[in-house]
Amino acid sequence: MRLTCPLCGDRDRREFYYYGAEDYLHRPPEGAPLADWDNYLHLRDNPAGVTKDLWYHEAGCAQWLVVTRNTVTHEISGVELVAERKA
Amino acid sequence: MRIDGKGLVDRTKPVRFRFDGKDYAGYKGDTLASALLANDVRLVGRSFKYHRPRGVLTAGSEEPNALVEVVGPSNQTPNVRATMQEVFEGLDCRSQNRLGSLRFDLLAVNDYLSPFLSAGFYYKTFMWPRAFWEGLYEPIIRRAAGLGSLSGKHDEGTYEKAFAFCDVLVIGSGPAGLMAALTAGRSGADVILCEESHALGGRLLSDGGTIGGVPAGDWVAQVLAELQALPNVRIMARTTVTGAYDSGTYGALERVGLHKPARPNLPRECFWRIVAKHAVLASGALERPVAFENNDRPGIMMASAVRTYLNRYGVVPGKRVTLFANTDQARGVARDLMASGIQVAAIIDPRPDASAVEDCPVHVGAEVVGSRGRLGLAGIQVRKGSETIEIETDCLAMSGGWNPTIHLTCHMNGRPRWSEELAAFVPMEGAVPGLVAVGAANGSMSTHGALATGHAAALRAVEALGRKVSVLLPEAEDMPYTLKALWAVEGKGRAWLDFANDVTTKDVKLAAQEGFRSVEHMKRYTTQGMAPDQGKSSNVAALAVLAEATGRGIAETGVTTFRPPYVPVSIAAMGAGGRAEGFAPQRFLTSDQASRDRGAPMIEAGLWYRPSYFPKPGEATWREACDREVTMVRETVGVADVSTLGKIDIQGKDAGRFLDFVYTNTFSTLPVGRVRYGLMLREDGLVLDDGTSARLGEGHYLMTTTTAAAGLVMRHLDFVHQAFCADWQVRFISVTESWAQFAVAGPKARALVNSFLEVPVDLPFMGVAPVRIGGVDGRLFRISFSGEEGYELAVPTRYGEALFRDLVARAETMGGGPYGMEALNVLRIEKGFITHAEIHGRVTAHDIGMEKMVSAKKDCIGKAAATRPGMWGPEREQLVGLKASAPISAGAHLFVPGTEVHRETDQGYVTSICWSPTVGAWLGLGFLKDGRARHGEKIRLVDHLRGLDVLCEVCDPVFHDPDGEKLRA
Repeated sequence: MRLTCPLCGDRDRREFYYYGAEDYLHRPPEGAPLADWDNYLHLRDNPAGVTKDLWYHEAGCAQWLVVTRNTVTHEISGVELVAERKA
Repeated sequence: MRIDGKGLVDRTKPVRFRFDGKDYAGYKGDTLASALLANDVRLVGRSFKYHRPRGVLTAGSEEPNALVEVVGPSNQTPNVRATMQEVFEGLDCRSQNRLGSLRFDLLAVNDYLSPFLSAGFYYKTFMWPRAFWEGLYEPIIRRAAGLGSLSGKHDEGTYEKAFAFCDVLVIGSGPAGLMAALTAGRSGADVILCEESHALGGRLLSDGGTIGGVPAGDWVAQVLAELQALPNVRIMARTTVTGAYDSGTYGALERVGLHKPARPNLPRECFWRIVAKHAVLASGALERPVAFENNDRPGIMMASAVRTYLNRYGVVPGKRVTLFANTDQARGVARDLMASGIQVAAIIDPRPDASAVEDCPVHVGAEVVGSRGRLGLAGIQVRKGSETIEIETDCLAMSGGWNPTIHLTCHMNGRPRWSEELAAFVPMEGAVPGLVAVGAANGSMSTHGALATGHAAALRAVEALGRKVSVLLPEAEDMPYTLKALWAVEGKGRAWLDFANDVTTKDVKLAAQEGFRSVEHMKRYTTQGMAPDQGKSSNVAALAVLAEATGRGIAETGVTTFRPPYVPVSIAAMGAGGRAEGFAPQRFLTSDQASRDRGAPMIEAGLWYRPSYFPKPGEATWREACDREVTMVRETVGVADVSTLGKIDIQGKDAGRFLDFVYTNTFSTLPVGRVRYGLMLREDGLVLDDGTSARLGEGHYLMTTTTAAAGLVMRHLDFVHQAFCADWQVRFISVTESWAQFAVAGPKARALVNSFLEVPVDLPFMGVAPVRIGGVDGRLFRISFSGEEGYELAVPTRYGEALFRDLVARAETMGGGPYGMEALNVLRIEKGFITHAEIHGRVTAHDIGMEKMVSAKKDCIGKAAATRPGMWGPEREQLVGLKASAPISAGAHLFVPGTEVHRETDQGYVTSICWSPTVGAWLGLGFLKDGRARHGEKIRLVDHLRGLDVLCEVCDPVFHDPDGEKLRA
C-alpha cells in the first residue's frame, strides 16, 4: 500500500502510523453531554466502501493526514492534511 | 541420459555435485533435476503421506515431487525444488521424507495402509481414547507425514531485502514478456523484466520454432542483447514475482546466491518490493497432468518438461518414451525426441478424431489406464475401446492441456473466468489495477498470440506514460489451440491429482460424498493444493473431479482463493536484516562507553541501552551495588544519565495556551525560569504521560516526557495541534537527541554542581536557569526524581560524554559516584514517584491521587471523559504504598486476610517493588480498591507464579521524606 503525502509525495505505507477513523477530528465542545463523548470516543461505522481515516507521516513530515479510501477495492481517492482540511 | 549436440548447458564447464551421499557430474546451466535425469536417477523422493517412490514431474517452480534438502556450511534448506536448484561445484543435497534409504523407505508401509488413510482420516480413525491424540497419534502422524527437516540451528546465511521502482514491470520472459519489455524499453520507459529461471526466453528455449524468420533461440539472443544495452531496462533473472499488492506494489524473490558455493556476504536471497506504474503479466501457462491409476511413478512426466529437458538441457529421461496427450501441440515432444534419435514407443491420444499420422505408432481414442514398475516406470496399460494393451516404456510424457498462470491476477480478491474453449480459467480483466495479463497467461496459446498481446499491452502502458514507440511485430506460428478436456481416466485404482500431498480422485469423490461439496471445504478436507506447490498443476483438475462428483459445471464449482506468495518465500528473506541486533534500532547514551568502562551491565529501556548498576570490587550481586548506590545518593551525591527522557522544545505566542490544553494543569501562568510537574491525559480520560515542563522564556517551553512515551507524546501533540488548534501560534520539535542531561542528586549535589559553573546560581526548588559550563552554554534544572536535593544539568549532546566523566570523577572525590537504573528505581519508589509501571494505560488521575491537578478553570484533552461515572470514586483501585518484611513481587495480587483467594475477592495488584535500604523494608507501589481510605490496614499479597504469600501494611506511597524538606533544602 502506498500513500501520497501532500507534502512528501508518493510513499510506502511503512512510513505512516495508522490511528483510526476520521471521527477523532470532531471533538465535542466543552460541556457537551456525555453521550456525545461516548459517540466520539467509541462508536464507529464499519463501512464496506468509502471511508476516511487518520494517518500520521511519522517517518516523514510529521503531518496528520485524512485518507479517503475504499475498504473493498483498496482504492485511495484522496489524501489531505489534517491541519489544512476543509471543515 | 545426455544427448550429444542438444541443449544450452555449457559442456565445457563440468560440475560435480552430491545427492544422497553419492557424487554425480553435471554441467553449468543444469538444474539438479536435469543433472540427475542425465545421470539416469529417476527416483528422487518419497511422497508426503504414502511414501510412494517419486521422480521429477516438471521442469519448473510448480514441481510437486522432486523436493530435496540442500545442505550448506551454515544452513540446511528443506523442500528445495530440484527443478529450480542449479547445480554448482560442491552442491550437497539429499532426498527427504524417508525412514531408511530412498530405495527402501520403511514408511512405505503407509501405502499398504492407504484404505485407512483416506481424506480426513485423522478426524475419523484416531478418535479414541482421546488422551492418546496428543501423546501418541499426533507425533506418529507428524513423523510419518511430512517434508524436509530443518537443522534446528540459526540460519547464519545472509539475506537481503530491497525496494525498486519502475514505469513498467514485465513478469516473465517468454515471447510475450520479451516483446513487452522490448516495446516498453525502446520507448525509453523505466522497465524491469523479471524472469523466474536463470535463463531468459521461457518456452522459446524448450519448444524451438522460428520468430521473424530466425530460430527462436536466435531471436531471444537478439532481443536480450538489445535490452541489455538499454540503460532504462533492468533484467532480473532468477527472480519470481510472488505477489500483487495494493498501489502497484509487487513482491519478488531473487535467488541471488543459491546457485553458487556459499561465501561471506553473498546474499542467498533478496526479497524485493517493486512499485510499478504498469505491469505486464507474461507468466505463461502450466501444463496439467491427467489422473489415471498409478500415474505417479518416477518416469511419468509432463510432456512439456520432457521437451524442456531435451531441448534446453540435452537430457532424455528414458530410452523408450510414450506420449499421452490431448492436444496437437504436445505432439511436438514426440517429434523432437524422434529427431534426436530417441525411440517413441507410442502416442496415446484420447481424441477419437485426432491425427494418427506420425513416425511412430499412434493410438487415437485411447487412454492410459495404469502403469507398472516399483521404483520407476516399466510399462503402461492402454485402453482402446474394449481392449487393453500393454506397452513397455520407461518414460511417459503426459499432457492434459494447459492452465494459464493467472495467480497474480487473483491476489487482490479477483476471481478468474472459466473459458469453455480453453477448458481453463483465464484472468478477469482489471482484477489488479495496472496489471494486464498477456500471452498464454491470458489464454493466447500460440507464439504469435503471445508476441501480439505482449506488444499491445506494452504499447498501452507506453501511451499512458506519455511516450511513443513503434516496434514491428515479428512473424511466428499461430497454431489454433483446441482440446477436449481430460481430467481423469475412468478406473478403480488410485489416480493422483495432487502429487505433493497425495490426494487422489477417490479422496475428492469421498469429500463430495461426505458433504464437503464446496471447493473450499473439499480443499481443506482432502488437503488438495495445500502442499508447498499449492496445487499449481492439480487444483483445476481436482475441482473438475469435484464438479463431476457433485453434478455441477466447473464455472459453478469455482476456484479456491489464490493468495500470495506464488512460490514459497523463506522467512529469512522476508525478514532480512531483522535478526539479532538487526531486530530493532539501538540508541546509545553519550555516557554509554563511560558506563561500560566501569563494568556497568546495560539494560534495554525501549530502544535505549542504560546502565543497570555500577559494580564495585567485592560486590557479588546487583543488589549489593544497588543498595550502595541508593545509600550513596541519600548520604552524599550520585550522578545518573537521564538523557533518554523525551525533550520537546515548544515555542510561540500560544505555547502556554497549548500546554494548558494538553496538560490537566495550568502552564500559561508558570513564571519564566520555573519548572512545573504536569499530567497528560488521553482523550478517554486515562493517564497518557507525566513529566516536567520548564518555561525558558515568554513564549518558550521545554517539555520532558517519560522515556517510554517520548514518541507517543510527540505524535499526540502533533495530533492535538493539527486537528484542534492548527491556527494557534505554536511550533514544537523533539530535541531529545540534541541534549545530554545528567541528574545530580544528594545532600552534596549543590556543591558538585557549583564546582562546574562559571557563576554559581542559587536556584529555588523547581527552578531553571541558563548556565555556562567550561565555556559551553547549558541549562540547569532544580528537579528531583529521587527525593533528595536534585539538579539536572543539560549540555549539547557532543559534550555529554566529557561532562559525565567529569561529573562522576568529581562526585567520587566527595564520596559519591554514578548510579544506575536499579538504584534510580529504588529511589523513586521510596519517594512514591510513578513511572509507566503505574500509569500503564488503565489508570485515571483520580487513581493516582492527582484528581486535583485537573484544572476546573479550563478545558483539556481527556477532561470530559475523566468525569464519566466509573472513572473515579471508592470502587476504583487507587495508588497505595505497601510495606513488608519479606520479599514481595510486582504482578502479585492483593486480598483481605481471611478471605478466599480468587478472582472475585481480588482487591488490587502490585506494580513496582524494591528492597529499600533507606527504610529497611520491602516496599511496593500498587493499586488497591478504595486504597487511600485504607492506610494502616493489613493486606495479603499473593503471587502464585512465584509462590509468594505475604502480609503487607497499606500505607501512603511516599515512604521517604513525605514533607519534601530534603527536596527544598
